[in-house]
Amino acid sequence: MTKKLHIEAKINGKDTEFLCEPRQSLLEVLRDVLQLTGAKEGCNNGNCGACNVLLDGRLVNSCLVMAPEIAGRSVATIEGLASPQALHPVQKAFLENAALQCGICTPGFILASKALLDQNPHPTEHQVRHWLAGNLCRCTGYDKIVRAVLDAAKT
Amino acid sequence: MKNFTYFRPTTAEQAVALLENRWGNTELLAGGTDLHDLQKEYVAQPSRVVSVTGIGALAGIRVDEKQATIGAGTKLAAIAEHADLRRHFPSLCEAASDIGGPQIRNMGTLGGNLCQRNRCWYFRDEHTPCLLKGGQRCYALDGENKYHAIFTQGRQCVIVNPSTLAPALIALGAGVNILGPKGRRSTDLAKFFFSPANANDREHTLAANEMVLEVTIPVRNWANASYEVRQKLSYDWPLVQAAVAFQGGRNGAKATGVRIVLGHVAPTPHIAEAAMKALEGRDITDANATAAGRAAAEGAKPLSQNAYKIRLVEVAVKRALLMAAGMKRYWEM
Repeated sequence: MTKKLHIEAKINGKDTEFLCEPRQSLLEVLRDVLQLTGAKEGCNNGNCGACNVLLDGRLVNSCLVMAPEIAGRSVATIEGLASPQALHPVQKAFLENAALQCGICTPGFILASKALLDQNPHPTEHQVRHWLAGNLCRCTGYDKIVRAVLDAAKT
Repeated sequence: MKNFTYFRPTTAEQAVALLENRWGNTELLAGGTDLHDLQKEYVAQPSRVVSVTGIGALAGIRVDEKQATIGAGTKLAAIAEHADLRRHFPSLCEAASDIGGPQIRNMGTLGGNLCQRNRCWYFRDEHTPCLLKGGQRCYALDGENKYHAIFTQGRQCVIVNPSTLAPALIALGAGVNILGPKGRRSTDLAKFFFSPANANDREHTLAANEMVLEVTIPVRNWANASYEVRQKLSYDWPLVQAAVAFQGGRNGAKATGVRIVLGHVAPTPHIAEAAMKALEGRDITDANATAAGRAAAEGAKPLSQNAYKIRLVEVAVKRALLMAAGMKRYWEM
């Protein structure tokens, strides 16, 4: 039995401590240890983007980040993006455009879209599609998602 | 995934001291995009993992008048976004910006890109005992080999090297600095890659107790470009890549020092000697670029399902040359 590691990191702005095995991914720790179930497990190998979070402000697949690697760093999940009373502009645009069906991919798409607009506030449709290539929606509602991101860019 | 003991040294010397002189039991971890995938598939089952992400000196980009130096821990996104690198080496930055999606580019590193394992589906399948996993035969030779090598002479294993930075860097004349137990050594990146044939081999010539520190590229104002033929525009590996670099070749000047390197056609990045000779000292014209493309495909010995790559090599080389020379991208109009 490998000894558990004690890790300290900032999660959604809060200083957080947890214990994990070296092999546990950030996604497993978020969902199973910290009860932050917004990030979803889809493919679990870096293809689908359902587990996307921001690590030190950059979009990553949390299924491919080993939990010990976040020691001393800051993680932002969908739970920390906004409050239910004041949604983020990307969240509002997704609602207004009905840019979701089953919703499993939505947290990943919203964080990926936020990361895009932070870096490029006025993307073209091609840039939106190219950027979101790492996020899969198996209900295949891509058009509405792309429209929502372009709408959010206007606000 | 099998559990492991986790180490996070803060210097490269400490990291190298933690490595072993055989592959498999200890693995280096940088971005994790390849290693953790292999671990989840039980293809890699290290009992010790040495993370290099605590080594601050391993990441960073420096560009002066003579050379660019890129630390092995530098993220692919940082390479793609770097203005000075893009000015001198558009081939490298284009290749970096076409890897995976933004998530992968934010995680993956230069060192990891050069040392990543191949994408052969027989190798990546836990249950297939191919040559690289201690088995007796290559299953791709007479199996599903659509995405495998076409320069196969003398190769027991017909993978293609998956790195798209490698062809661009080799065409640019890059070198690599390596740290091992006896200290530092340097080599041309062209000599860094290796055609593996058994479980003791990797796709490169690093010893198991060595690590890549940085890559250096001479700054010499050469024209350069990389062109990838792809099924999908993003989030996939190319079918064929051509990276080129040469002096002159613009505004009526003849091209000299021509370098043409192919990706995804052989177990290592493939230096297209015949194409380089065919173009040396000539103008970059549509006809000469076409001829160089044909020369680049010479000697190919495709497998049962991948003869289509020969035509793609011709096209990729031609387009990369025309792009580097600043000519019209007629295929985009």
